[in-house]
Amino acid sequence: MGLRKFKLFRGDSREGTMKDFKVEVDQGMVVLDVIHRIQSEQVGDLAVRWNCKAGKCGSCSVEINGKPKLACMTRMNEYSLEETISVRPIKTFPLIKDLVADVSWNYKQNKNIAPFTPDPDKKDNNGNYIMMQEDVDRVQEFRKCIECYLCQNVCHVLRDHDKKNEFVGPRFMIRLASLEMHPLDKADRIENIKNDYGSGMCNITRCCTDVCPEHIQITDNGIIPLKERVVDRYYDPIIWLWNKLFGKPK
Amino acid sequence: MNISEIKTVEHDVIVLGAGGAGLRAAIECSMEGLSTGLVCKSLLGKAHTVMAEGGVAASLANVDTRDHWKVHFRDTMRGGKFLNNWRMAELHAREAPARVRELEEWGAVFDRTKSGLINQRNFGGHRYPRLAHVGDRTGLEIIRTLQDHGIHQGIDIYMECTGLDLIKDGDRISGMVGMWRDNGEFIIFKCRAVILATGGGGKAWKITSNSWEYTGDGYGMAYEAGAELMDMEFTQFHPTGMVWPPSVRGTLVTEGVRGEGGILTNSENKRFMYDNIPGRFAAETADSEEEANRWLAGDKDARRPPELLTRDVVARAIRKEVKAGRGSPHGGAYLDIASRRNAEDIKRKLPSMYHQFKVLAELDITNEPMEVGPTLHYFMGGVKVDANTQMTRVPGLFACGECAAGVHGANRLGGNSLSDLLVCGKLAGSGVVNYIKSINNNLNLNNVAIQKIIRSATDILNREKGENPYLIHEDLQELMQNNVGIVRTDELLSEGLDGLSNLWKKFNNVKADGASQFNPGWHQAISLRNLLVTAESVARAAKMREESRGAHTRVDFEGERDEWLQYNVVISKSNEGTMIADKVMRDEPDPELKRIAELSIEELENEVLLEKGQ
Ligand SMILES: Cc1cc2nc3c(=O)[nH]c(=O)nc-3n(C[C@H](O)[C@H](O)[C@H](O)COP(=O)(O)OP(=O)(O)OC[C@H]3O[C@@H](n4cnc5c(N)ncnc54)[C@H](O)[C@@H]3O)c2cc1C
Ligand code: SF4
Ligand code: SF4
Ligand code: FES
Repeated sequence: MGLRKFKLFRGDSREGTMKDFKVEVDQGMVVLDVIHRIQSEQVGDLAVRWNCKAGKCGSCSVEINGKPKLACMTRMNEYSLEETISVRPIKTFPLIKDLVADVSWNYKQNKNIAPFTPDPDKKDNNGNYIMMQEDVDRVQEFRKCIECYLCQNVCHVLRDHDKKNEFVGPRFMIRLASLEMHPLDKADRIENIKNDYGSGMCNITRCCTDVCPEHIQITDNGIIPLKERVVDRYYDPIIWLWNKLFGKPK
Repeated sequence: MNISEIKTVEHDVIVLGAGGAGLRAAIECSMEGLSTGLVCKSLLGKAHTVMAEGGVAASLANVDTRDHWKVHFRDTMRGGKFLNNWRMAELHAREAPARVRELEEWGAVFDRTKSGLINQRNFGGHRYPRLAHVGDRTGLEIIRTLQDHGIHQGIDIYMECTGLDLIKDGDRISGMVGMWRDNGEFIIFKCRAVILATGGGGKAWKITSNSWEYTGDGYGMAYEAGAELMDMEFTQFHPTGMVWPPSVRGTLVTEGVRGEGGILTNSENKRFMYDNIPGRFAAETADSEEEANRWLAGDKDARRPPELLTRDVVARAIRKEVKAGRGSPHGGAYLDIASRRNAEDIKRKLPSMYHQFKVLAELDITNEPMEVGPTLHYFMGGVKVDANTQMTRVPGLFACGECAAGVHGANRLGGNSLSDLLVCGKLAGSGVVNYIKSINNNLNLNNVAIQKIIRSATDILNREKGENPYLIHEDLQELMQNNVGIVRTDELLSEGLDGLSNLWKKFNNVKADGASQFNPGWHQAISLRNLLVTAESVARAAKMREESRGAHTRVDFEGERDEWLQYNVVISKSNEGTMIADKVMRDEPDPELKRIAELSIEELENEVLLEKGQ
């Protein structure tokens, strides 16, 4: 396929610039392959994260020509031969070096979420939990998440307004949804969803859904239903009292 | 260098590796009240376990009620060509169902049967549908469940931190030196036990399903610390890796494709697996397409199609077709699911395969066959441990998961790794708990040893000039692919060992450019030592074992040799610092286990039926 032009960010939190590279690209290559070729032939200390090289681990998130993507699932033939391909680290999180950002904030959010709490009464006589496939389809959709944090990266609440203290972001909204909609879970997180996790901060722009490599309907299937649950609880004192007395409907 | 300036943290136990095995082990330790540190090279949740596709094997008997741990055990022994550690294979089969159920307790959501139980699918070498699964992303479900549960158990997690080497006080483990990948700073862990759960070493080969992390660090560290490695000659070549385009050569195509009915054909459109059924499996394998079709349609009396024979058999058969000139255009075989299942089923059952081929190969698997060929996938061998405690011969050093040897013998059945991680991870945790109760508390860190570990890492950066780590790695991969590949001879292996000694020399003069901050070239250079220990131990063990068994094929010694069934090849480091391989006599099996493994399937099914009736 011949020589192609690349621009890669090189630097750390103190200083850095976009650097030009020319590199030979073979048939079938993805952007991550080209980055690796540059790394092994031109700049041995070029920092980039990756593991599976098949869109399964969510390590290789970067911004390619301004679009948040997995470098391992972005084929070179998506771009014309003349085009210069620019790769930058994801912007919403602090830079470590080159294409690698510090995403540890996300791990802290997860830890703040009340864990799965199964209801032992839902076991049958043989000790098995019975769940029908149609009742878990939605939860399984959310559980496809590979934690690439591309959605966190584009959400304007985190990216442009830096309200990381007020909103856990779309990734953790669907983590919450996967717990709240789990047929066996009996914990109640609605109050925290409103007060601590910041469901009100999302104004349903759907940018998160657009970039999700797992095609999870983050907004429509996850965030909006959670917002509805919050509204039910806090706008309707009757439902609130009913739930307090008799447990929430699942 | 002043050691007192390096941060030291103290725990009861350090678990090295946060895949399924490490996470499960850490959860066990922490639940038992130990102060537990979990150290991993990548971000949490990105270990190999996340890539596992097909499922986790456990005789839950949800889909076929005839299933029982004894049948799972028998399948595992036969798959492993009877070289498995009998007790480990027993524990694995017995405890897998409880470990899978426990995951459900912690939030996992497996695919369901019509009656709402955990669904199970067929896989090679398993008598019944036995793999609990979530589409073709089972590993993701398992690692995320353990991760989300683990973070609430009080475990201290050190991610993107590379374990370099172990420290001993006398002959006991007393700590480990690590390095933060982001800033290159060192950290000293003081502890009373270490569990190695670092996975395998597939990155020594060119065509592999493994990621950069699989550099055999656990093997290298255990070997240096005086532990033994066992069964290293048994490296599994998974029959179905992608072969095209070149940049994804080796990426895995799950066995689930065949479990869901996928067939293998050659360029003459022939289902060649019918010509490759070994005697041992003939009685349990369909011998006509008609019978295989009945099996796919759910007929319980029909036998399984030959595509579901064990991986060693299928990998060799594909290689044979290609050698005979009947391969696909890019040197593989065709794997066809499109003509067997409708598009909607394929997308539902194998979504990530669909996506992977669509994006990476621009091929629609609901329409066209895939091209596949063998790829280095898994290490049956590894650190030698005790079956009940998972402890090595070094007091305080434990290993579990792919990093340890024993459960799988000469060949692993698909789905048996995920179950192994859970079962042996928990066992290792309990092993540590008991060990720590038994020792006194005063262990010391040896500063000289620490200095030495740190210096070997920093020398690589400080050298004026030297060998390029990426090139050494490429040479190693080329060498292992050619000389220690899917078929082996004494000549190839001897030549390989010569090549390795050259690479050792280059490694001693390796130089990484740049600074210590997140520097992949440096990290690569550091891991070369472990890759070379791994590669050399595989080559030495393979040279010693003069027979063909399971994943180890010697064309100069064809067929299984009864004499060799009595031995494991065990690798260790001599006092002079050289690598030695020994033929070590295996223990006598428990007579009851031997009886179960040797029953015919009809006899065992009857026995199980009686037992279940009671
Ligand atoms: C593509 C693919 C598909 C598979 N599908 C299946 C399947 O369907 N069913 C099945 O049973 N098996 C499957 N396997 C095999 C199975 O996934 C692995 O054998 C298993 O996940 C290994 O788990 P583990 O916990 O031993 O190690 P891993 O999950 O590999 O974890 C290793 C850990 O060790 C850490 N580590 C390594 N070295 C160091 C170091 N020096 N310092 C710090 N940390 C270190 C890594 O960061 C990582 O956290 C598959 C494997 C692959 C590659
Ligand atoms: S829909 Fe909500 S969560 Fe998603 S990007 Fe927009 S504001 Fe953020
Ligand atoms: S929801 Fe989608 S975009 Fe967000 S982290 Fe998960 S996989 Fe990535
Ligand atoms: S490397 Fe795993 S998603 Fe890209």
